[in-house]
Amino acid sequence: MTETKTTTRPRHHDLGLSDEDVLAMYRAMLLARAVDERMWLMQRAGKIAFIISGQGHEGAQVATSWPMRRGQDWMAPFYRSIASTMTFGMSAEDIITAHLAKSDDVSSGGRQMPGHYGGARFNIVSLSSPVGTQVLHAVGIAMGAWVRGDDVVAMTQFGEGTANQGEVHEAMNFAGVHRLPVIFVCENNGYAISVPLERQVAGGSVSARGAGYGMPGIDVDGGDVLACFAAAREAHERARRGEGPTLIEAHVVRLTSHSSDDDQRRYRDPAEVDALKERDPIPRFANELRASGVLSDEREEQLRAEVKAEVNEASKRAEARPDPDAHDAHERVYAEPIPGGGTAEPMAPIPGEAR
Amino acid sequence: MAELNILEAIRSAMDEEMERDDRVMVLGEDVGRKGGVFGATEGLWTKYGDKRVLDTPLTEGMIAGAAMGAAVYGLRPIAEMQFADFVYPAFNQIVSEISRIHYRSNGTFTVPLVIRMPYGGGVHGALYHSQSNEGYFASTVGLKVLAPGTPADAKGLLKAAIRDPDPVMFFEHKKTYRLFKAEVPDGDTVVPIGKAQVAREGKHLSIFCYGFMRTCALEAAETLAREDGVEAEVVDLRTLRPLDTATVLGSVRKTGKALVVHEANRFGGFGAEVAATIAEKAFEHLDGPVTRLAGPEVPGVPYHHALEEWFMIDPARIVAAARALAAY
Repeated sequence: MTETKTTTRPRHHDLGLSDEDVLAMYRAMLLARAVDERMWLMQRAGKIAFIISGQGHEGAQVATSWPMRRGQDWMAPFYRSIASTMTFGMSAEDIITAHLAKSDDVSSGGRQMPGHYGGARFNIVSLSSPVGTQVLHAVGIAMGAWVRGDDVVAMTQFGEGTANQGEVHEAMNFAGVHRLPVIFVCENNGYAISVPLERQVAGGSVSARGAGYGMPGIDVDGGDVLACFAAAREAHERARRGEGPTLIEAHVVRLTSHSSDDDQRRYRDPAEVDALKERDPIPRFANELRASGVLSDEREEQLRAEVKAEVNEASKRAEARPDPDAHDAHERVYAEPIPGGGTAEPMAPIPGEAR
Repeated sequence: MAELNILEAIRSAMDEEMERDDRVMVLGEDVGRKGGVFGATEGLWTKYGDKRVLDTPLTEGMIAGAAMGAAVYGLRPIAEMQFADFVYPAFNQIVSEISRIHYRSNGTFTVPLVIRMPYGGGVHGALYHSQSNEGYFASTVGLKVLAPGTPADAKGLLKAAIRDPDPVMFFEHKKTYRLFKAEVPDGDTVVPIGKAQVAREGKHLSIFCYGFMRTCALEAAETLAREDGVEAEVVDLRTLRPLDTATVLGSVRKTGKALVVHEANRFGGFGAEVAATIAEKAFEHLDGPVTRLAGPEVPGVPYHHALEEWFMIDPARIVAAARALAAY
């Protein structure tokens, strides 16, 4: 494709983003996708037991995370937050290391399943598996910042299925009552594993619920990177101004099955699945950047080569890292160690070792 | 030394810790202007303001989950469940999140928080204002579980809990709140977590208890000494997790007989853990069956006073159980 010169001012300039900014966003999307795809290959090769993908969510994730200040703001992610956590500081190697469950995985040291991101050094709260619990953690962080008078914004991400959890309602209500500096990002991909939106969300809209909790509910096309960025930046500024929380519902696509243990062709029309690719945010953003004259073929090639090299290097390094040692499994149960670990009992025997 | 009741001791612990450390905050239902339904936080709202003493909506899951977020952020929240009976919407946050984040993050996150819960019956609270549900939490790895029975322990253990880097469930037997006054050491006295206390020395049998049962067991021990010449040793566990196994086993090795008493129902209750520990580790010292005296197998404390009296463990029942064991 040849570069298209435009006569109108590019949208990103109106948003105060430079050409290099939007290229960096595009590169972040490419990198997250490449990491994701690499992990599927590793899963198929038997190196990773399980993968839960963020493919199709990258545009919304990179864009909504972009205004967040690393080392200052906080994030409580969900299991598809590969691009969000990478935008917020985790490297390709960190993500792949976590999926390989290596001993120095920053998320959990190999204790958690793949997809359970976290890292104290990044201000990313460790995630569990029951959905929606992390939304309250983000609200608690925002409460802490509000009590202390700190300039901190908390962001949390979750799906539209999770939006129905009681804890999510409790979180939004509380954040609304005290105007806490928190941003709720609902990444609505239309399916909660196999159950479609119309059987999950009464009224069909998550963002509409914002009004009930005294906060703006912003409905945004999750494939429109710049629209997502604009919504998140406004939410971030509102939070910092003390005007309280914002609920952003970004409509995205789930390009893969729910996880490596799922086959979405069992419950989705094949034509619908095939059509998803047309809503992939990556080529869409690339086209926009080409149209505004920012992305040339040469640059695209260069970015893709860089990303490929980065993922190759990250995979190689991650695979070379040591596996966890079962002798360590009894450690770090309590911050203040109790003799014998979690109980007063000695450690359980390790298979293959003499008692 | 000041003479305080347990409620005053708890209030004083929170006040002193909030004064000492501005990261300490209180959140819960009616804890602010009203000062809590039992008055535990009375005066704190006026002194520390409505951010550090925060009235929440009626959402226990939020209370626990937001306390965890704030603790991860660096604060030291004290969350109040209005009644232990109302904690279940927060069970997910406590059991799935609060107890596990340190382990699951390979030790990189800590949650220094306290969840205070009034528990126990004998106050006409019926099924939903009387529960003794400490067993659920005592069986959860990652939590520390405390149940003081005296004003000095209530104050000293609560101060220890607030300063502890790990999540602590703090059970306050509501019948003991204003039951009696006792001396509480002046100044900054902390009672260490994980240490049981021999509340009364004895040689014929050991009674293991906590919370309100300490008062009942001591009264029973007086009766046993006076009427039977039986010297019962009363061990107040104070901390349920981590259990002070050394003190428990030391007492059994001395007396040869163990009676475990709690108000919660027997089946799968905390007493089963104490009994099993004794059976496993002090078997050769036993001179009688390890015995449990516990609440009956009904789903809750029934309301009418005749029904509630039927439910509650009292000194007379402890005396009866102890006599049977002593005679074995």
